[in-house]
Amino acid sequence: MIELKNVQKSYDGGATLAVADTSLTVERGEFLGLIGASGCGKTTTLKMINRLEEPTSGEILVNGRNVLDQNPEALRRNIGYVFQGIGLFPHRTVAQNVIAVPQLLQWSPEDIRARCEACMEMVGLPIEEYGARSPSQLSGGQQQRIGVARALAAKPDVVLMDEPFGALDPITRNELQDEFKNIQRSMELTVVMVTHDMTEALLLADRIAVMRDGIVLQIATPHELLTNPTHDYVREIVAMPRKRAERIEELMRDE
Amino acid sequence: MSENLSEQLLLLPAYFQGHLLLTLAAITVGVMISVPLGVWAEQSVRVKRPLLTIVSIIQTFPSLAILALVVALLGGRIGFLPAFIALTLYSMLPIVRNTVTGLESVSNSVIEAAKGIGMSPRQILREIKLPLAMPVIVAGIRTAMVWTVGLATLSTLVGAVSFGNYIFTGIQTRNLVAVTVGSLASAGLAVGLDSLVASVQWLIERRNEAADSTRLRRLRLSVYAVVALITAVALYGLLPQPRADLVVAGKPFTEQYIMAGLLAQELEEAGFSVEQRLGLGSDVVYEAVRSGSVDVYVEYTGTIWANYMNREDNPGRESIRAGVMNYLQEQGVMAVGFTGFQNRYALAMRRDRAEQLGVSSIEDLVSLSAELAAGADLEFFGRPEWLRLRDLYNMDFAEKLTFDPSLMYSALAQRQVDVISAYTTDGRVAAFDLLLLEDPRNALLAYDAMLLASPHAAASPAFMRTIAALIDSISDQAMRQANRLVDVDGEPVSVAVEYLRGEMLRN
Repeated sequence: MIELKNVQKSYDGGATLAVADTSLTVERGEFLGLIGASGCGKTTTLKMINRLEEPTSGEILVNGRNVLDQNPEALRRNIGYVFQGIGLFPHRTVAQNVIAVPQLLQWSPEDIRARCEACMEMVGLPIEEYGARSPSQLSGGQQQRIGVARALAAKPDVVLMDEPFGALDPITRNELQDEFKNIQRSMELTVVMVTHDMTEALLLADRIAVMRDGIVLQIATPHELLTNPTHDYVREIVAMPRKRAERIEELMRDE
Repeated sequence: MSENLSEQLLLLPAYFQGHLLLTLAAITVGVMISVPLGVWAEQSVRVKRPLLTIVSIIQTFPSLAILALVVALLGGRIGFLPAFIALTLYSMLPIVRNTVTGLESVSNSVIEAAKGIGMSPRQILREIKLPLAMPVIVAGIRTAMVWTVGLATLSTLVGAVSFGNYIFTGIQTRNLVAVTVGSLASAGLAVGLDSLVASVQWLIERRNEAADSTRLRRLRLSVYAVVALITAVALYGLLPQPRADLVVAGKPFTEQYIMAGLLAQELEEAGFSVEQRLGLGSDVVYEAVRSGSVDVYVEYTGTIWANYMNREDNPGRESIRAGVMNYLQEQGVMAVGFTGFQNRYALAMRRDRAEQLGVSSIEDLVSLSAELAAGADLEFFGRPEWLRLRDLYNMDFAEKLTFDPSLMYSALAQRQVDVISAYTTDGRVAAFDLLLLEDPRNALLAYDAMLLASPHAAASPAFMRTIAALIDSISDQAMRQANRLVDVDGEPVSVAVEYLRGEMLRN
């Protein structure tokens, strides 16, 4: 469970707020989408959860513990992290990338090996075939699968994702989205995913927080957001996927 | 020629060992200092700018100047240490710069990922940034390695043994075989060490690959063997060597090589074991005999008078001798005696040109000088002697050109200049049949050659007895002829030494 209580973030000593007085709760096993235009504060909000950024004021609790009371490295090792840049270590093999966090946590070699095999199986890249490859020998989609496997290797119950599928081609993106949603459900992961793709948010998230200028305008389920937007801006950004869906429906009726 | 070659090749093991030790020690310490500095600089902008500026400035210093400065800072100490320090300083720029560049070029997304999964800054540096920057850092080390091998040849001037001994002796004594052997050996060492580092890097990058490929395993073994061998050879030089009884030294010009050879031969025949340190810088060798790291060499009264006593007057040959002897005694340097010849500056002309103009002394030049072109070595026109000559005779030349000494003589021979600043014992004075002009107003200093010895050597009666044979035994004429054998006739130094020994017996 993740709780943000009156969190503010300013990069210029308070003159402007990147994130203004934000409070929200992500329940255990819930998938929260954070959506908004570039610079709206969604990535800053995400990064404050694992202390890649520190809040100027307010409190952030992960599983009931204030993140500022924890060693940042220990905190991050217990939280999965997937981002658009993927950031696989190019000098290590695929398998070595997957086991990076268990190694940092000094698991036993047997546990590490077993977990590596399981994680790679889970993302559909069996260790026998892909384990010894170097990341540069994988396609973009395969690389992000390994990115996901790395994030899940240490069995975190919280996963942060920063536009994880943004750089992939549409077909690969759909595949990965579906697979990840299944993994999230079956492992009951608590996920916060930053995206600027409303369709992605609508299809994956249990609830969506719409941000603009550092402020959360509305937090609601996809259904509520589509049917009852409380803010013009929210109405605007759900209009596009709605129109597309309606258009596609028309096309299908014409057939 | 082939005798010359085999003579040179006999010197190869010692020079190779000296050169290798110098290079490896400087590079090893250079890496140990420069990589951490580069890491530090990459982390702090406040460090980076000044640090890169400082290492760049070191690099822009002429290498000879650095060597001389290090010797001065070490209080006149010569040999391995000053050369090693100078080379280490010189190796720093490419390593520091490449370390910074390599670390900076690691992709941000990789660093963000490392941070995001919970690596500490130290783990990120050690496990992510340094391995990824390694190829760039190694490229810097290779650049530094090649530079250092090349620069190590200059360390001959401060008394460290290297392939530079071949090159300096060869250039000064016109021994092209020596120059060639030295240059090829130095280039070969640079290429060899460079490819060794490259193969070590190649192996490190593949250390994770299964070693079951026999080719890889064999390669790995042979690289390790070469590294071990080279390290052993270099370290061997650090073992205490059986010290020679006496160290004979000389400056980097022909006369000095011949006199050092003569001293060494006489002393060896008297039963001493002798080590020769040849081609030392002028200041370096004087400081070395004072501090006792050199036992005997040939110095000139004019050099002491002008360079160490800072005297700008010229009271005449005898007064200079007396003044210099007093000064040396105060300095605690043993002046054992004069050899008999003097190698001073003299204005020289082609005999035909002098006759045509009716010139036999500098006095005769006064009315003509405004029409004449003069050539000199690189320093003459900057020396007090030239200023005194100009003022005493109240004359100046229409044109003043400076040359490398050997080019200066050919310029005179080819009538590009009318007058040159010759050296009185130079073999080319005899070979070109030059007229040395008289100097009635004593503008040019006397440069009597004398033997300076360390207190250790001077305390040995056997040494003093042996040296006595050289005192007042070599004439200007004989020295000029000996120099001519090497400089003009292309004979090895040993032939000139034999010639001088014959002359000494005749006296």
